[in-house]
Amino acid sequence: MDLTLHVWRQKGPEDTGKLETYKAKNVSPDQSFLEMLDELNDDLIKTGQDPIAFDHDCREGICGMCSQVINGRPHGQQELTTVCQLHMREFADGDEIFIEPWRARAFPILRDLIVDRTALDVIMQAGGYTSCHTGGVADGNTLLISKPVADYAMDAAACIGCGACVAACPNSSAMLFASAKVAQLAVLPQGKPEARRRVLAMTEANLSEGFGNCTNHYECEAACPKGISVKFIAKLNREYLKSMIPSAME
Amino acid sequence: MNLFTNTVGRKILMAVTGLLLIAFITVHLIGNLTVFAGPDSINAYAKALHDLGPLVWLFRLGMLALFAVHITFGIQLYMENKAATPDPYAIEKTLVTSFSAKTMLYTGLIILAFLLYHLLHFTVQVTNPAISAVNLPLDAASRPDVYSMMVLSFQKVFISLIYIVAMVALLLHLAHGISSWVQTLGWSTGPSQDKVISIGKVLAIVYGLAYIAIPLLILARIVK
Ligand code: HEM
Ligand code: SF4
Ligand code: FES
Repeated sequence: MDLTLHVWRQKGPEDTGKLETYKAKNVSPDQSFLEMLDELNDDLIKTGQDPIAFDHDCREGICGMCSQVINGRPHGQQELTTVCQLHMREFADGDEIFIEPWRARAFPILRDLIVDRTALDVIMQAGGYTSCHTGGVADGNTLLISKPVADYAMDAAACIGCGACVAACPNSSAMLFASAKVAQLAVLPQGKPEARRRVLAMTEANLSEGFGNCTNHYECEAACPKGISVKFIAKLNREYLKSMIPSAME
Repeated sequence: MNLFTNTVGRKILMAVTGLLLIAFITVHLIGNLTVFAGPDSINAYAKALHDLGPLVWLFRLGMLALFAVHITFGIQLYMENKAATPDPYAIEKTLVTSFSAKTMLYTGLIILAFLLYHLLHFTVQVTNPAISAVNLPLDAASRPDVYSMMVLSFQKVFISLIYIVAMVALLLHLAHGISSWVQTLGWSTGPSQDKVISIGKVLAIVYGLAYIAIPLLILARIVK
């Protein structure tokens, strides 16, 4: 199939950038979206043009590097799917496709579709350490974690840190990301002791890194390729409220 | 204590003040609906309120504080969110949010403008002095005739329209606000989410229509 692509081109952080139009010819429906861009880039290189810069790494939906807004939707129209796992069979011959980078003040555009997501790492670092025993192997079943708690923590831990939630949020808030970390660690024995400090530090970092405030639009949950639920944001709010109560009363 | 600066802290202050404002509009609505029970009911209700004396002022101060906190943080969070968000995408697409969620600041500001007008109209009674209770004859039981003031006011299309537009803004504000505070205070659990959102919208419509009924039924001369 043949497609018309409108791709955001920007030489560097200071450049203003604009959408440019390209034709992608003979696209196979079995290609992934990134493979389609790889072939387009081959053509661009052969004709002496600048290839389109985009982020990617694992190409199997687990690393969180790929980050493109396709027709207004972070990671494209297919639910629970990263760009690298999106296939061209989701599109039809003759389609026009708009491809843009994540847009948020906290994610400066480095080049074309590549943004700097260091701000998410800063939120992670603000979360700090978890206490775990080191040394010899612990006896089996010394740390009991019930199945529902383990499942809950696993659901939160599924976050791959891609930043689609921020890209989708009308306020550019990173609350879904932060809440996944806060919720996961607040329910486990490895993490509970630092829960109060963590929720305060991570929510503070959300603002100091230039993300917006959550106003419960829930666009993040709809965009998240890993199905992280906004129930974790409610959990983060609860953890924050708990951190206000003096420890003796907990 | 970073309740006043933290991103979640300020949301919680907005939710708590929003919730107390909902408590106020609930009581206020029930009081106002006594207009449909006739002059005797609403005039008695108005007199009972006035007879509270200094308590009325205590209550007014409390309301002022609620509005001040709610509006200050509402505007502050909105400005920060604007600053955090660069130019929009070439194709803007939202999937689950609502018109009411996107217009919270604007519907809030309409409510604020209305509130000032409303106080000048019915409390200070300076916008339409000729048909204000202070200048109308007392009713049969020698109470200020609030009933006649309401009926004469809402028979005017312009005044009714102001009230109806403002109550549509309130309806929209509540359509997001009622479910939003449940999430902000951390009471949502995944499965309850959709139900809470629907209940919030239904309640907002109930509040909105009940408030709109007062000027509308008087304007239509169904209540005279
Ligand atoms: C009777 C009057 C009002 C009631 C009952 C009310 C109620 C609420 C409620 C329940 C919320 C949700 C809080 C949360 O997200 O947890 C809210 C949010 C908000 N309100 Fe009000 N409010 C009123 C007046 C106002 C006024 C006068 C303004 C003026 C600016 C305003 C601006 C806002 C803003 C900006 C938000 C935040 C929107 C968001 O989080 O998406 N409100 N309100
Ligand atoms: S919560 Fe979802 S959208 Fe946000 S960073 Fe994690 S995986 Fe990506
Ligand atoms: S490239 Fe790793 S998730 Fe897409």
